[in-house]
Amino acid sequence: MVATVETIEAVEQATGAYKYGFVTDIETEKSPKGLSEDVIRFISGKKMEPEWMLTWRLKAYRYWLKMTPPDWAKLNVPPIDYDNIYYYAAPKSAEAPKSLDEVDPELLRTYEKLGIPLNEQKMLAGVAVDAVFDSVSVATTFREELAKAGVIFCPISEAIREYPDLVRKYMGSVVPVSDNYFSALNSAVFTDGSFVYIPKGVRCPMELSTYFRINEKNTGQFERTLIIAEDSSYVSYLEGCTAPQRDENQLHAAVVELVAQTDAEIKYSTVQNWYPGDETGKGGIYNFVTKRGACRGDRSKISWTQVETGSAITWKYPSCVLKGKDSVGEFYSVAVTNGAQQADTGTKMIHLGEGSRSTIISKGISAGRSNNTYRGLVEMNKAAENSRNFTQCDSLLVGDTCGAHTVPYMVSRNPSAKIEHEATTSRISEDQLFYCLQRGLDEEEAVSLIVNGFCKEVMNELPMEFAVEAQKLIGISLEGSVG
Amino acid sequence: MSLLEIKNLHARIGDTGILHGIDLTIGRGEVHAIMGPNGSGKSTLSYVLSGRDGYEVTEGDILLDGESVLEMEADERARAGMFLAFQYPVELPGVGGMAFLRAAVNARKRDAGKDEVDQLEFVKMVRAEAKNLGIKDDMLKRPVNVGFSGGEKKRYEILQMALLKPSMAILDETDSGLDVDALKIVSEGVNLLRSVERGMLVITHYQRLLNHIVPDQVHILAGGRIVKSGDKTLALEVEENGYSGLGDAA
Repeated sequence: MVATVETIEAVEQATGAYKYGFVTDIETEKSPKGLSEDVIRFISGKKMEPEWMLTWRLKAYRYWLKMTPPDWAKLNVPPIDYDNIYYYAAPKSAEAPKSLDEVDPELLRTYEKLGIPLNEQKMLAGVAVDAVFDSVSVATTFREELAKAGVIFCPISEAIREYPDLVRKYMGSVVPVSDNYFSALNSAVFTDGSFVYIPKGVRCPMELSTYFRINEKNTGQFERTLIIAEDSSYVSYLEGCTAPQRDENQLHAAVVELVAQTDAEIKYSTVQNWYPGDETGKGGIYNFVTKRGACRGDRSKISWTQVETGSAITWKYPSCVLKGKDSVGEFYSVAVTNGAQQADTGTKMIHLGEGSRSTIISKGISAGRSNNTYRGLVEMNKAAENSRNFTQCDSLLVGDTCGAHTVPYMVSRNPSAKIEHEATTSRISEDQLFYCLQRGLDEEEAVSLIVNGFCKEVMNELPMEFAVEAQKLIGISLEGSVG
Repeated sequence: MSLLEIKNLHARIGDTGILHGIDLTIGRGEVHAIMGPNGSGKSTLSYVLSGRDGYEVTEGDILLDGESVLEMEADERARAGMFLAFQYPVELPGVGGMAFLRAAVNARKRDAGKDEVDQLEFVKMVRAEAKNLGIKDDMLKRPVNVGFSGGEKKRYEILQMALLKPSMAILDETDSGLDVDALKIVSEGVNLLRSVERGMLVITHYQRLLNHIVPDQVHILAGGRIVKSGDKTLALEVEENGYSGLGDAA
C-alpha cells in the first residue's frame, strides 16, 4: 500500500494545479530531430534490435508516409510538425541497469516524487512496476519473483532480443501496422513499453504496472505494449502516465495489443494523467492511442478500465475483438475534461464468435470549456449467434460552457444478436451542491463527491490499490470548475 | 448571549422581495416554531439562514453566537453549527451514505482543528444513532437518499442532525409527506435531540407536528413578516381559525 499512500499524500499536499508538472534535470541522449529512415535505423540500433525488427519498422514507416491523419473525431487538432519532434530520448545513465542500485538516483527520486517508489523494499503493495522514462524502461521490479511463476514481465525492447519468437508471432497481430495513421507511426518509431507473457494455467501472482513518464522537451513518447495470456491464465495490469508542464504540445502515440487464449482473462486498467495544458489551452499532451485486445480462445475475457483525466487531446478507443465462442469483452471508462481539454474516446466491440458478450459503461464528465465525446462501435457479425451487448453512456455537465456528445455506432449482421444502448445526460444540480454545502463540505469536496458517485460503477472495476488514487485524481481534475 | 438573532431581516430572490423585516431571537435550549400559509416566506427564511446562493439579504443581520453570518458561505455556516433539515432531501446517486456522513462529520472536525473520526468507531456511532431512529443498516449502505421513501428521507435528515450535533437546527416542513406513524418516529428522534445546548426552529404549515414537537414559542409568518407570536396555544388557534383568522396582518 505504500505506493498508494505516498501518491495520495503527494496529491493531497499539492494545491490546485497539475501536480506532476516538474522536470527532472538529467542528461539525455537523443536521436536527431525529425523522422526519417535514418532516425528509425538509429532507434533500432540503440535498441540492439535484430534485422527483422528494423525491416518491420521501415515497412511501417513507408505505410505511414502514404497515410493521412484521421479527421472523423470531434476534435480540433492543430497540425503536428512531425519533423520537430525527437523520436528517441534516453537518460544517459539508464542504459540497461542490471539492478536498482545502478539506476540514476535522480530517476529514482523522480518516480518517488510521482508516488511510485521503485525501491523494492518499499514495494509492500505487491505490485510489480516497469518504469518507462521518455524512450526507455529504467527499471522493472519483482522480475525474479515473477519468473518463478513463469511470468515474463520486461521492457519490450528486451523482449525483442530475448523472446523474438513470441514477439514476432504476436506483435502486429492485433493492431496491424497499417491499422491507422498513429499505429503506423508507432510501429515505425516505438521505443519502449512493456511485454507480458503469462504461461498456460498461471494466475499472475501480483498486479503488474507500468508507469510512463515523458520528461524531455519536444519529445514524443511512442510506447508499445504487448500482453499475451495463454490458456487458462489470468493477469491484471495497470498503467499510469504523467508529464511535465510545458507550453508546447507533446505527442504520445501508443499501441497496446492484448491476446487472450482459451479461458484466459486479461484485466487492463489505465489511469491517464498526462499534462492537460493550461486554462487557455496552451501546452499539454496529444494522446493518440490504439488499444485493442483479441479474445482468441473460447470463454476468454478482456476487460478495459480507464480513468482519463489528463491530456490536451485524447483520441483513444480500447477495443475487443471477440473471436472465441462465449468470449467476453468489457469497457469501463471515466473521462474527465476541464479547461480547454478535448476528449474523443470510447470503444469497439467486434463480435465474431457465437455467444460472445460485451458490456460498455462510459461516464463522461465535462467542465470548463471542454468537449467530451463518447464514440463507440458495437458490431455483431454473421457468426455471432446469440451474442449480446449492453451499453450505458452517461454524461455529466459541470457548468454551462462545456460540451458532452455521444456517438454510438451499431451494426448487426445476425438477427439473433441483441444490442442494448442506454444514455443519459445530466448536470450537477444546484440542489445537490447546496445539500452537500449545508452539511459542511466545501464546494470542491462536494463536486468531487458527486462526480465520484456518478462514476462509481467504473471506479469499482479498478484494482483496489489504485481506486483511492483515481478518486482523488478526479477531484483534482475538476478543481476550479465550479463557483 | 442569544444563540440566533435575526434582526430586521429583508431578503429577496432576484428582484422579488420575500422577507420584509423579520426579528426573531432564539436562545440555547429553546424550540421555536414558525407557521404560515404557503408563500409566506417560510422556506425562504430557512434558505437565507443557511446561506443558499441566490437569496440576497438586502437589509438587517443574522447573528449566530453573536457573530454575523452574512459574509459566510453556506458550508462555513454549516461548520459553524447551522443545520438545515430539508423539506425535500436531495438524492446523490452513487454517493455512499457512510462516506457522505463521514465527510460531513470530518469537515466539521477539521474546521475545529480536531482529528478526523476513526472509521470503525464512526460506523459504530452511526449504527447506534440509526437504531434510535429505526433506520436499518441496509439503508445506510445505499447511496444518499436514493430510492428512500418520504419517511426514510426525513429520518435520514434527523440522523445527520444527530451526528453533526449542530448548535442551531432548522427543520423545514419536516412533517410534509409523512404518515402518522412516520411523523411519530421522526418527532421522537427530534425530541431526543432537544438539549439545553441547542436551539431549534421548526418550520411547518400544520399544527399537527407541534403536538409531537412541543415548541416554547410559536410565530406566525405572513407576507414576509412575523405577524404574531405566542406560546404553543397560538398554534391551536391557527388550527381552529386558519391563517385568515389572524386578521389584516396576515
